[in-house]
Amino acid sequence: MADSNLIDALRSVAAGSVDTEPGPRLADITLRLERASDLRALAAALIAQHSMALATIVATDERATPAGDLKVRYVFEPTSAGAPDRFLTCLVCVDANDAQLPSLTTVIPAANWHEREMRDLFGIVPVGHPDPRALVVHDGWPQGNFPLRKDFDGSRRLPVESAEEFPHLVAEGEGVFEIPVGPIHAGIIEPGHFRFSSVGETVLHLDARLFYTHRGLEKRMEGRSPLDAFYVVERICGACSVAHALGYCEALEQIAGVDAPPRSRLIRGIALELERLYNHVGDIGNVCAGAAFHYGTATGARLKERLQQVNEQLSGNRFLRGLVFPGGVRLDLPVGLLGVLTSTLEDTLAGLNSLMGRIESNPSVVDRFDGTGMLTHKAALDLAVAGVAARASGVNRDARRDHPHGAFASPDAPALHVVTLADGDAMARVRVRHLEAQESIRLIGEFVRRLEPGPLRFALPEPLPGGRIGISAIESARGEAVHWLRTDALGRVDRYHLRSPSYHNWPAVALAAETAIVPDFPLVNKSFELCYSCTDR
Amino acid sequence: MLRILLNALRTGVVTTHYPEEPSVPPERFRGAPVLRAGSALPPPAVCPAGALSEHRDDGHRRVNLDIARCMFCGRCAEEPWTGAVTMGREFELAARTRSDLQIEVAADEAEVAAIGPARDPQAATAYAASEIRRVLGRSLHLRHLDAGSCNACDWELTALLNPVYDVRRLGIDFVASPRHADGVMVTGPVTRNLETAVRRTVEAVPEPRIVIAVGACAASGGIVGEGYASAGGVDKVLPVDVYIPGCPPRPEAIIFGILVALGRLDARRLPQGVTGRHRD
Repeated sequence: MADSNLIDALRSVAAGSVDTEPGPRLADITLRLERASDLRALAAALIAQHSMALATIVATDERATPAGDLKVRYVFEPTSAGAPDRFLTCLVCVDANDAQLPSLTTVIPAANWHEREMRDLFGIVPVGHPDPRALVVHDGWPQGNFPLRKDFDGSRRLPVESAEEFPHLVAEGEGVFEIPVGPIHAGIIEPGHFRFSSVGETVLHLDARLFYTHRGLEKRMEGRSPLDAFYVVERICGACSVAHALGYCEALEQIAGVDAPPRSRLIRGIALELERLYNHVGDIGNVCAGAAFHYGTATGARLKERLQQVNEQLSGNRFLRGLVFPGGVRLDLPVGLLGVLTSTLEDTLAGLNSLMGRIESNPSVVDRFDGTGMLTHKAALDLAVAGVAARASGVNRDARRDHPHGAFASPDAPALHVVTLADGDAMARVRVRHLEAQESIRLIGEFVRRLEPGPLRFALPEPLPGGRIGISAIESARGEAVHWLRTDALGRVDRYHLRSPSYHNWPAVALAAETAIVPDFPLVNKSFELCYSCTDR
Repeated sequence: MLRILLNALRTGVVTTHYPEEPSVPPERFRGAPVLRAGSALPPPAVCPAGALSEHRDDGHRRVNLDIARCMFCGRCAEEPWTGAVTMGREFELAARTRSDLQIEVAADEAEVAAIGPARDPQAATAYAASEIRRVLGRSLHLRHLDAGSCNACDWELTALLNPVYDVRRLGIDFVASPRHADGVMVTGPVTRNLETAVRRTVEAVPEPRIVIAVGACAASGGIVGEGYASAGGVDKVLPVDVYIPGCPPRPEAIIFGILVALGRLDARRLPQGVTGRHRD
């Protein structure tokens, strides 16, 4: 059996010092590592020999439990085609008085930000990490305060201490210029600081500094009832409102032992595809802005606006907030509204195809998109890049197929056509969005056809079972988001962690920018179209 | 090129006539909650954002709703409070002070629905155009300032420039530099990591300037509240001229807020002895 082979192989890597148990879900495996020193070899084996990828890293403060320590869970997922829906968790205990672990970043580049975040928020030092700079907490944060430790009072605002200027990673040499951009940008976009090192127009290096919008949302949810905390998750990110709400609900429903009713799953599926659709359509338009093709920008914005007006008709909110709810959905989609939806989708499809025709037949636009912002297949794998960016670099992964959720979890779910292209440039990312938007329209039609009368929502037990873990992976418009939720003894939120697709994709933007010239950066950036807010939380 | 022109002509004019003509939100739209007097009003714990509070006054239970903090999620209007609270469809909620956004109901008082300043009975478009021209010459230039938003409010500001809302028809535009701006539209609760940038950006806007807090987070901290990483609202850091409730406010609610703000700009200039007459 594949399972026992895998476990035996991992045992041999760790010289026998691992315990295995199922969980968090039945099909998942949790490995308890006795020695943290085995971590690097184990992680390397998982990536190289078992084609797994890093899904997320979750630290928890368990000093108040009998174990009295901090714990870190390294969650991996299979990437090979046809692999089962499974997460493999490597659990390591950390002594709170000497909080350090070997860094995995040189083995798994995707672990980079996870480990820096863990150092900032838990005080767990990744020994051997190549980047000693703070990530989540910025200049002036008082040393020795770790917000996600349980004894830190999250409601307290700490004084700003005097600080040295942040040490940006820059290239040096004759004729090398530094171009600082942000955190406040010229357009209506989210805040981040980009430090370009350039020679003439050519970008030598880009150092992106994010987490300006870090709001402490994970801390804010702790100790609250999971139903109250749901409204926070739904508001982590505007563009991913449905996807994040759904991911949290699926994790919560695992803990509660409740399956959402079939009709609600289809409605969740419709909402998720509608969210993907309005984002993809708008994003295609916005990439045109990077090439000064204003007809494209205006057309994309017009098509997106129409879809957002339908969102408001369906859910009462232009970002579809208020539709997905723990246990099912809060609103039904009656026949009248489905008719409005169907006719809008027909118009959207025609409008989008026409827009793509104008883009692809316009040499000055194609010239800007072609070969711009290259992301190689290997870099996409190393950084565990998600979503459109991954699939446009030939990575055949989609959480809707690999971790079925919402409407895709039903036995009679329609087959999903995962779109991949090999080119890895801005044009490929635009084309993937176009093909995926077509697929979303087809899927919504399939879901609508499958709707049968039935209950919309099952009540969750109150209080929820204590000390349980739920995990889910949702394909948002940006890519796979991994949600990890655990309840405390009283059934309240003990720890929630979101690894958004943008979290893994931002370092890829910096890499892709290094293949471009400075004036193309807005185009490169928009072709990835990542969220800052669900990266920073 | 010809195809683009033909497509554009075929599409026709898609622009809304708001605020000249009123906008009617769809049936499911959740606007300002209407609290009905009655003992069945929900307890404060029902609101996940902490917008509800209560106190006793002369033996009466008084329930207060802070519209600036409200996320319009509709939870307080669900069972078993459906009789006590309904979600109205009012979305023109912008106000100049936080106290204008408080609704308070006692158990034995009549229904309270109206909140915020009354809509100008005159044609608001004409009003906006004349105010912009009178005070600012020809146009109102705004700068967006993200102070840690979830990006929903940002996307709605972007939507103001799409062909449907096209605020440039009202003389309103977004500019790249605070130096070119008459005011800022702030989204988000002001995170610790942005507080310095927020202060410096606003200070870079020449006086007189208007500061508009867009959305629940900017107006009150919203569901993010105050904490180690968040100041809990723009007015904790800077004076705010206009608050626009919503999570996020729909584009027309933002347009309404900008119109409210225009009156404010006038009010702020008068004490400085400026009459505001500009050449035509």
